Amino acid sequence: MAGEEKKGSNLFERLKKGLSKTRKSMVKSIDEMIFGEKVIERDIFEEIEETLIAADVGAAFTQDLIDDMREIAKRQDLNNPEILRKILRDNIAFILKKSEAPLDIPKDGLFTIMVVGVNGTGKTTTIGKMAMGFKDQGYSVMLAAADTFRAAAIEQLDVWSQRCGVPMIRQQMGADPSAVVFDALHAARAKKTDILIIDTAGRLHTKVNLMEELKKVKRIMGRELPGAPHEVLLVLDATTGQNALAQARMFGDEVGVTGIVLTKLDGTAKGGIIIRIARELHTPIRYIGIGEAPDDLRVFKSIEYTDALFE
Amino acid sequence: MKTTSGKPSGNSRAVGREVLDSITPGQQVVKIVHDRLVELMGGVSAPTLKLAKQLPASLMLVGLQGCGKTTTAAKLAHHLIQQGKRVYLVPADVYRPAAIDQLKILAGQIGAGVFDSKSTDDPVKICADALGEARRSGFDVMIMDTAGRLHIDEEMMEELRRIKAVINPSEILLLADAMTGQDAVVVATKFNESLEIDGVILTKMDGDARGGAALSLRAVTGKPIKFVGVGEKIDALEIFYPDRMATRILGMGDILGLVEKAQAAMDLGQAQALEKKLRKDEFTLQDFRDQLTQMKKMGSLSEILGMMPGFGKMKAMKNMEVDDRELTRTAAIIDSMTIKERRNPLLIDGQRRKRIARGSGTSVQDINRLLKNYAEMRKMMKKMMSKEGAKAFRRGQFPF
Repeated sequence: MAGEEKKGSNLFERLKKGLSKTRKSMVKSIDEMIFGEKVIERDIFEEIEETLIAADVGAAFTQDLIDDMREIAKRQDLNNPEILRKILRDNIAFILKKSEAPLDIPKDGLFTIMVVGVNGTGKTTTIGKMAMGFKDQGYSVMLAAADTFRAAAIEQLDVWSQRCGVPMIRQQMGADPSAVVFDALHAARAKKTDILIIDTAGRLHTKVNLMEELKKVKRIMGRELPGAPHEVLLVLDATTGQNALAQARMFGDEVGVTGIVLTKLDGTAKGGIIIRIARELHTPIRYIGIGEAPDDLRVFKSIEYTDALFE
Repeated sequence: MKTTSGKPSGNSRAVGREVLDSITPGQQVVKIVHDRLVELMGGVSAPTLKLAKQLPASLMLVGLQGCGKTTTAAKLAHHLIQQGKRVYLVPADVYRPAAIDQLKILAGQIGAGVFDSKSTDDPVKICADALGEARRSGFDVMIMDTAGRLHIDEEMMEELRRIKAVINPSEILLLADAMTGQDAVVVATKFNESLEIDGVILTKMDGDARGGAALSLRAVTGKPIKFVGVGEKIDALEIFYPDRMATRILGMGDILGLVEKAQAAMDLGQAQALEKKLRKDEFTLQDFRDQLTQMKKMGSLSEILGMMPGFGKMKAMKNMEVDDRELTRTAAIIDSMTIKERRNPLLIDGQRRKRIARGSGTSVQDINRLLKNYAEMRKMMKKMMSKEGAKAFRRGQFPF
């Protein structure tokens, strides 16, 4: 039991470390503003506003927050600047809570996950880490190498399939991704696999014909297995900043994204983007990536995330 | 933006300036901002790679994970091979699974030499061994593809410093994803402090990012942007021109790029002949077919449209963006027509349509659509060639 607890606190420490840059740019700078202040000055709101905008949380969230702060500061004791920190925290927790919805994988039948995103956001790596996690939880997992475009993408996924000890369905480079997915669905059903994860080629969200290809893959899946893909997971790179929203909207419109993975949060001070995603999109955030180790891909839990930012 | 060095003096420049007759005051302001942006990004002249006299020259590519190092290594090699250089690619990313395979495959595709790295080797040793090998085999340039890493990962940055110390590369180039926001500045500053980079390559410029980060990169590091990656194909790497980037940031389209592409692909004599035909309204399906061939040489249709002013930001263009395979199909249809039919499409009746469909592996509906499009196009061209059309064109309003 003690061991469990230790492991738990270790994981939390790692999350804190992974988010340290965002924490510094967002929470710490606000802490410094209110530190030692005896009363809430009027211009502090503007300072807070600036800080939050710079942290990429988005104008909508910032505006709501500042309105809240002014409102509460009016009603409550102006001699307690600490209240501002609490309002910030409550607002963040509230927004993030709405986007918290971990993947719920039923115990019976084949569950299919199609992973999409622009080039270089970390799709293949995310799939590898997810596969490892699922396998540890006792699911049987299969991978499908449907990125037949990029050189050695198949080999990259293959390395992960061997690391995790899960089978992978592949064809040669340049093959039709739909054909790979077709094969994979049949193989997964024949083997009574629990989870099939499909790796697709990275594509910029502005390329119409590549988005069409993705739609076709999705269509084939639905035809072969009603209800598939059960999850369309969009992988976003947190260092991207505001363009991540454009990506999410485009992929959402075109292929109907049902979940988001936000990777590379450890590399950026602009982790506030998660708040903007939560506030402005209605797609649950399934996982966050905070480092290179396999268990650095975390199921997104809003409370844990908020705590790591503020504690 | 906290990035510009000193206060932008655009304001003072605009005040009191005489507004030229031909353009609106609004355009004048844009022009001033444009010029200022060009200046910030390093002026008009495009800096090129400085390759060491002593062979082989060596280029070291560094950057975050997923910014496109391996792909760009191959594109850069292709660019240099086009210039007649013998290029040696060195896979030094031993961490990402199959990164070495990826570069080896790409090297095979473009006809570059490649060092036989093993993922169990030390990257510093790989580079050192590769340098010896490149020297023995008489390569002109060696390009090292290092692993992606976070700028805050001290241990990994140390690895790069070691490679630098051992190889003493001609240039260290930082790759930055154009979609990265202002965070790119932090990354570039760190890499520059740590390694003293020589220049930047901006990747994924074919997305909808306007590339404002380019501004900051230059201003903060003082290092020039040398290339931009503009597509998935191996030749989609272009020399960076500050004036074009300024135009893009302001959303005016890349006319120079378009002209350059057209010049590279078109034969002047043919173009003049075509213009004559257009004027006389004698544009036949055969000419259309020739045009298709020309256009293919220029690159993908969407790429070309993206460079046209106004088109880039038009929402409606999203649906109009043409699938490049459509071009191939159209070419096949025209190829299945007789010469007579190409000259006079009115000849094409139901029977002929069926035959053409069979011949080109398409359907009669496809043939109908093509003929309809062709008729529309002729109408449009007539308009463009008319006096009013030409005027509107000069004003930048397209008659269609």
